[in-house]
Amino acid sequence: MSQASSAPGFPWVRTISAWFFALLIFFPLLWLALTAFKTEGQAIASELFFKPTLSSFVEVQQRSDYLHYAKNSLITSVVSTVLGLLIAAPAAYSMAFFRTPKTRDILMWVLSTKMMPAVGALVPIYVMAQTTGMLDSLPALIIVFTLSNLPIMVWMLYSAFKEVPNDILEAVRLDGATVWDEFRHAILPLTMGGIASTGLLCLVLAWNEAFWSLNLTSAHAGTLAALIAQYSSPEGLFWAKLSAASLLAIAPIIVFGWFSQKQLVQGLTFGAVK
Amino acid sequence: MSFLQLKNIVKEFGPVRTIKGVDLLIEKGEFIVFVGPSGCGKSTLLRLIAGLETITSGSLHLDGREITNLASSKRDLAMVFQSYALYPHMTVFDNMSFALKLAKVDPAVRKEKVERAAKILNLTQYLERTPKQLSGGQRQRVAIGRAIVRAPKVFLFDEPLSNLDAALRGQTRVEIANLHRSLGATTIYVTHDQIEAMTLADRVVVLRDGMIEQVGSPLDLYDRPANQFVAQFIGTPQMNVVSATTLPVLTRIAGPRLPADGSVGVRPEYVKVVGSGAGIPGTVELVEALGSDTLIHVKVASDVHLIARQGERTSLKLGDAVGVEISQDSLLYFDNQGRALREMRQAA
Repeated sequence: MSQASSAPGFPWVRTISAWFFALLIFFPLLWLALTAFKTEGQAIASELFFKPTLSSFVEVQQRSDYLHYAKNSLITSVVSTVLGLLIAAPAAYSMAFFRTPKTRDILMWVLSTKMMPAVGALVPIYVMAQTTGMLDSLPALIIVFTLSNLPIMVWMLYSAFKEVPNDILEAVRLDGATVWDEFRHAILPLTMGGIASTGLLCLVLAWNEAFWSLNLTSAHAGTLAALIAQYSSPEGLFWAKLSAASLLAIAPIIVFGWFSQKQLVQGLTFGAVK
Repeated sequence: MSFLQLKNIVKEFGPVRTIKGVDLLIEKGEFIVFVGPSGCGKSTLLRLIAGLETITSGSLHLDGREITNLASSKRDLAMVFQSYALYPHMTVFDNMSFALKLAKVDPAVRKEKVERAAKILNLTQYLERTPKQLSGGQRQRVAIGRAIVRAPKVFLFDEPLSNLDAALRGQTRVEIANLHRSLGATTIYVTHDQIEAMTLADRVVVLRDGMIEQVGSPLDLYDRPANQFVAQFIGTPQMNVVSATTLPVLTRIAGPRLPADGSVGVRPEYVKVVGSGAGIPGTVELVEALGSDTLIHVKVASDVHLIARQGERTSLKLGDAVGVEISQDSLLYFDNQGRALREMRQAA
């Protein structure tokens, strides 16, 4: 607001710079999309005008079975999100409605696990997956995705639950509700927006996750992130196929994000605006 | 055996003792009002009865059953909250039938009960609306309706009228009184407004600092307060209380029953303003003409002020010299601890 009033005569300056930065950020994506429709030769030549072809997409599907990886991505992200919600909801419930002097500390501790770089936990987790025979398996990925998203889920659900007025919960209890009734009939309907956006965000995060799927899986349980990586091999880059694979990998989540952006924004700013 | 028994109820929040041992017996069908200044513990006491706070020590019996540690949901009580606490995502009908739904009451019976309550409360045409689409007064009635539908053992009201404007408050007060008369349900009502306490209650419980100061019928408290606190809390404008040392002339009127270190109290309606020359001399400090009543503040000594209340209007003005007459039989006597001397009543 203060910026708008400090430069009242130059609205076009703001407009132009906004467009400039937006395009700057968007350019790599645009280039990726363009390259995906080129042949390898055109991709190397960086031609701006070319005859679009679907050959790279066809080749990606033939060489490495896109649908197999897409299925893995779908399973791991959906299952880890559902599991995460099932674990995070009771945790957030107890912290939001049965606060103790230590609640704040617990929340901070939960969040602090997110501050450690993932690579710090790579060796122990890899060894655990190996000894339990879970390397390159979907359950291993699901467990890791769930655990790595839990802190964010707990926090988001906690802030959503905190918005429920205490009076309403007390009224529900006096009306004879059990804990489950209370959750089912009061908290759930009142915080549906927050729960939905928490789920959506975690779905996106799990879908985009690359570090663990690259390190814990190969051909069998690989997700789309692993598929993309196959095309940036040391033997040489295949720009067109890499772009095609990337586009295929991000397309579902972009479409999904486009339709759910209202929910996502609401979840991320939950409690920030009264 | 009384319907609801509170035995030596104590509530501590950490090191702070909010309720300091409350004993109270409530009979079936009674309308009890907890009244007291803010922070006296009246809402806490209600929440302890409701089971929304845990009792530190003491016991609570309802209808012959101990409920001290029973969950709120199993106590069979209904509460009307100050904020109404309606379920925003449900229609008025669903709000009112929610408890019955949880109790797995047959839908046809549910419908009939809700419709009957809605008729009593003039809510029939709003049953399909959500709380957001209702006015404050209508929300209040839905909250009451939600309590009625369940036919609970005890109705609990936590300052239910404080969010309404003055006109609606008066109107709703009458409705609650009528409702209690027709339903005859045991009711505990918390308020800081002594007019609500006086008009609604069968018995008023005056609380201060987590303890009961006095229990009695409204007029009992008005005419025979147990102590100076109750005397001054009940009645508007406040009872005039003057310590014996500051106004010797009053000591003469009061007679030998007034201890030298005690004080006397007199309700404003017994203070008579007469022409200067008669009674205790004083000057008019303020005239509040309320229409039906006129309040005259009179300064009778350097820091002694008396309020007189009269039905007639007055032409007195600020600074006029007047006399004040007080009759001996309208006086209440307090000892140096503020306890009433005319009648030493123990809190029930």
